[in-house]
Amino acid sequence: MTQPQTIVDKIWEQHVVHAEQGKPDLLYIDLHLVHEVTSPQAFDGLRMTNRSVRRPDLTLATVDHNVPTTDRTLPNPDPLSTQQIEVLRTNCKDFDIPLWDIFDLRQGIVHIISPEHGLTQPGMTIVCGDSHTSTHGAFGALAFGIGTSEVEHVLATQTLPQSRPKTMSVEVTGELGVGVTAKDVILAIIQRTGVDGGVGHVIEYRGDVIRNLSMEERMTVCNMTIEGGARAGLIAPDEKTFEYLHGKEFSPSGLDWDQQIENWGKLVSDEGAVFDQSIVLDGNNIAPHVTWGTTPAQSVPVSDVVPNPDDATTASSRETAQRALKYMGLEAGTAITDIGIDRVFIGSCTNGRIEDLRRAATIIEGQKVSSSVSAMIVPGSGKVKQQAEEEGLDLIFKDAGFEWREPGCSMCLGMNPDILLPQERCASTSNRNFEGRQGAGGRTHLVSPEMAAAAAIAGNFVDVREII
Amino acid sequence: MKAVKQVRGNAIPLNRADVDTDQIIPKQFLKRIERTGYGEFAFFDWRKDDDFITNRIQYKDAPIMLAQQNFGCGSSREHAVWALEDMGVEAVIAPSFGDIFRNNCSKVGLLTIQLDQDDVDYLMSRAEELPEGEIVINLENQTVMIGSEWSRQFKIDEFVKHRLLNGLDDIGITLANEQKISSFEEIRSSFLPSTDQAGQDNLKIN
Repeated sequence: MTQPQTIVDKIWEQHVVHAEQGKPDLLYIDLHLVHEVTSPQAFDGLRMTNRSVRRPDLTLATVDHNVPTTDRTLPNPDPLSTQQIEVLRTNCKDFDIPLWDIFDLRQGIVHIISPEHGLTQPGMTIVCGDSHTSTHGAFGALAFGIGTSEVEHVLATQTLPQSRPKTMSVEVTGELGVGVTAKDVILAIIQRTGVDGGVGHVIEYRGDVIRNLSMEERMTVCNMTIEGGARAGLIAPDEKTFEYLHGKEFSPSGLDWDQQIENWGKLVSDEGAVFDQSIVLDGNNIAPHVTWGTTPAQSVPVSDVVPNPDDATTASSRETAQRALKYMGLEAGTAITDIGIDRVFIGSCTNGRIEDLRRAATIIEGQKVSSSVSAMIVPGSGKVKQQAEEEGLDLIFKDAGFEWREPGCSMCLGMNPDILLPQERCASTSNRNFEGRQGAGGRTHLVSPEMAAAAAIAGNFVDVREII
Repeated sequence: MKAVKQVRGNAIPLNRADVDTDQIIPKQFLKRIERTGYGEFAFFDWRKDDDFITNRIQYKDAPIMLAQQNFGCGSSREHAVWALEDMGVEAVIAPSFGDIFRNNCSKVGLLTIQLDQDDVDYLMSRAEELPEGEIVINLENQTVMIGSEWSRQFKIDEFVKHRLLNGLDDIGITLANEQKISSFEEIRSSFLPSTDQAGQDNLKIN
C-alpha cells in the first residue's frame, strides 16, 4: 500500500520537473501573475542576459499596487508611479505578456482578478511577486509569494527550484457565531500561532468551519497565511470550489470539465496522512477580532481590552508589546470599543471582493458615516466594482458618506495617494498593521468588513454581534 | 551574483523582533525601477530617530546585522535585501527569519545565519558594549567566530552554500535542465488554463 499523502505532497509530485539528491526540486509553475512593483528589475535581468519569457501564455500582468483610485482619466500626479506603470506596459509588449491595464474592465488586485476569471484552479502551482499569493490556496492550489530574483527565474524558465516545505494542519471545528467572519477566523489563528508559527510550512486549513466558508471567505483565510509566517496555505477543493469555477472564462468546459472534476476530487489529504505540525481551534469560541498592535498576531476579541504588556510571558514579547502600544498611542486596559477612529478603509486582496462589500452594505444601509470619520471603499477589481454598482451597493455607500473608488491595492499599503496621516487611526479590512504600513505614523487596526463598516458609523469600534 | 566566502567586521545590534520588510524599506521607495541605490532609504522611518542604531557612527559601514526572531517577515519585496546590501550589510544573524526574505537573500548573496537565541543575545550585548568588536563568519566551515575565544557552528542548505561560495546564477543552473522542462511541458495536462487569449482589450465603457 502506498504511503498516505497530504494535498501538498500530491501537487508537489505532479510538478517536479527534475529531482536530484542534495538539491532543491525543480517545480513547474502553472501560472505566474505579474504586477508593476516587483517586476521591473526582473525584466531588466532578462534583457541583460539576453533571455526571453519562456511561457507568456502562462503569465498574466496587471497594474494594482500604485494605481490611483480616483478618476483615472486625469493625469497621474505621481511621476514615479506613472513611470513604473509605463515600464510594465513596455515590458509586457516587448515580451508578449497579456496585460489587464488600467482601463480594462478586468484590471484589479492580482489575487482578486485571477480567481474571478477562473484562472486559479485546483492542483495548480501559482506564483507572484507578492506575499499574498497564498490567497489562491483557497482553490486547492499551491500558491506562494516570491521575490524579484525568483520572478526573473520563472519568467525565464517557467520553473522554480524549491525545497520541500513542512506541512501544518490547522483545523477549525464547530460553527461560527453570527457576525463572526473568515477574517476573524484567520486573525484568531494567527493570534494562536504567532507571526512566525508557520515559518517553513505550508498550511492546510480544514474542519467544519472551513468547509462551511464560501469560496470568497476561504480566500480571506488563505490570503493572510503569510502573516502567520507560512508561505502558502490551502484548502481541499470541494463542490463549492467546482460550483464557483463552473462557467468561468478560463475554466475547462464540456468533456474537459468532467475530466477535471474527477482529477480535482482526488486533491484531498489521504486518511492517515502525517503533518509535521497540527493545531485545532474551536470555531464556536471565535469572536470578532480587532488588532491592537503592530503585528497581525496582536489582536483581541472586540469585547476585550488592550492587553497589558506586563502580562507577556517573555521579556522580548513584553518589549515588543510596549513598543507597539507606544506606536499605536494606546493605554493598556482600554476597552476596544472605547477606541475612536479617524479613517475607515474597506478593500484589499483580503476583503475587497463582492461578498465583503455586500456584507458591509448590510451594516451601512440607511446609516451615516460619523462626522469624525473619513471612510472609503475600494473594490478589489473592475468586475467587483461593476457587480456592486449593478446591485446598487455603491449608492448605499455614497449615501452614507463613503467615498467609492476605482479598483487597486490602495490604502492597504499606501503606494498611491491613499495614505494615513501621522497618528491617524484607521479601521482597515486589509492584512497588515505594521508600523507605517498605511502611511508613516498611521495607526492601523485590522478588522472584518462588518466591523469596519460599524466603526465608520459609530466613530469607534463596535461589537457587530450587538447590532446584527 | 558575486561569490561569498567570508564576512569579517563589526555588527549592528538591531535588538528588535519581527522586523518586517516594510520597516527595512518603506513602500514609497518601491516605485523605483532600479536595483541599486536603496541603502539611503533603509529603515527610513526608524532612522528619523537620531538615536536609532544605524544612525550611530560606531556602526557605520558594519558588514553584519544582528536582529531578533522572525527578521524580514511580511512583504516579499526583494528591495529589502537590496537596501541592506546597499547599506553595506553582507550578513544578518538572527534566531529566525521570514521565509521569503531568507530565500531572497540567498538569491542576492546576502548571508542569513540562524543561531540559538542565547548566542544571538550574547552577540547582541557584546555588539552594544563593544561597537567595534569584530565577528568573523566563514561560510565554508559554517562558523561564526569572535577571535579564538568564541565559536559557533551554523546550518545552511548545502545547495545554497554551493551557490553562494561559487557565486552561481540560479537561472543558468536551471536552464542546464532545459530538456527536462521541455519534456515536462509535453506531458503537461492540456486541461490547464492558458492566458493566450487573455490579451485582447476589454475596455470599460465610460
